[in-house]
Amino acid sequence: MENEKYIKDLSDIKQMMNRSSRFISLSGLAGVFAGFYAIIGAVIAKDLLSEQDSDVDMLIADSMNRELIMQLLFVAIAVLVLAIGTAVFLTTRKAKNSEEKIWDSTSKRLLINFFAPLTAGGIFCLVLLQYGLVGLIAPCMLIFYGLALIHASKYTFSDLRSLGYSNLILGLIATQFLSYGLYFWAVGFGLFHIVYGIWMYNKYDRKNA
Amino acid sequence: MKNIISNINKAFDHRVRLGIMSVLMVNDFADFNSLKELLGVTDGNIASHIKALEKEGYVTVEKSFIDRKPNTRYSATSSGRKDFKKHIDAIENLLNQKNQKL
Repeated sequence: MENEKYIKDLSDIKQMMNRSSRFISLSGLAGVFAGFYAIIGAVIAKDLLSEQDSDVDMLIADSMNRELIMQLLFVAIAVLVLAIGTAVFLTTRKAKNSEEKIWDSTSKRLLINFFAPLTAGGIFCLVLLQYGLVGLIAPCMLIFYGLALIHASKYTFSDLRSLGYSNLILGLIATQFLSYGLYFWAVGFGLFHIVYGIWMYNKYDRKNA
Repeated sequence: MKNIISNINKAFDHRVRLGIMSVLMVNDFADFNSLKELLGVTDGNIASHIKALEKEGYVTVEKSFIDRKPNTRYSATSSGRKDFKKHIDAIENLLNQKNQKL
């Protein structure tokens, strides 16, 4: 009798600690979608780049024309908007289904802690573009994205941390293979997201669906 | 055995108090409404339990104004954290011992 009470106490404590500090409505499926958008974006970017003369050095912006840079930037922003849009939609739906609140202190804290490092990274990448260090942009995006995920993982599923470390390490490796930046980018933002999304979906979403 | 039982803290031995302390252990502070929503209990119920914890010196209350509306924030004191940790450890030990006996 008493045993059961204490077992329940412990599970209550754990549940209350998690519910009050972690945002658990994050959708795994959103990761899969983000991965697909990223791969489609990378294919389009590859296409745009291959239209360039092959003797042009892709790693230095001076040799790339402005129009191409704007096109690539547009593709990147489109991927970002689609990924975030889908994530917000699916996460809201998941929260509604499980009758959790979408906008509370846990989701606010998650967003602040995710976007603070990410925004710094975004600005830094624009600075790289400003100085024409185009080759470093893909590795930098991976590194900052990885750091943002590691930082944010304290405020949602802790599984997010492994995705963060994977991207961080991939980004660091990518710094040594600058001409393959786009491929690394596609692996990190595309493949990793899809694998992680499926894993999360199986672990948390499917049984509740 | 005697030692373990003495570590089970009567001040925490209630579902609502356990809940309040759990929330305050992992958050720097929590306001009245979010505690109420998380625990799903009435105003009066939560207030009386907070008062009890406050009396033990486990919780501090901080009143302030946000947009001219009164806002009450609660946080766990260091002795609250220490004793709650002891309480959890005591429960765990108790359960472990009982399991071993079976």
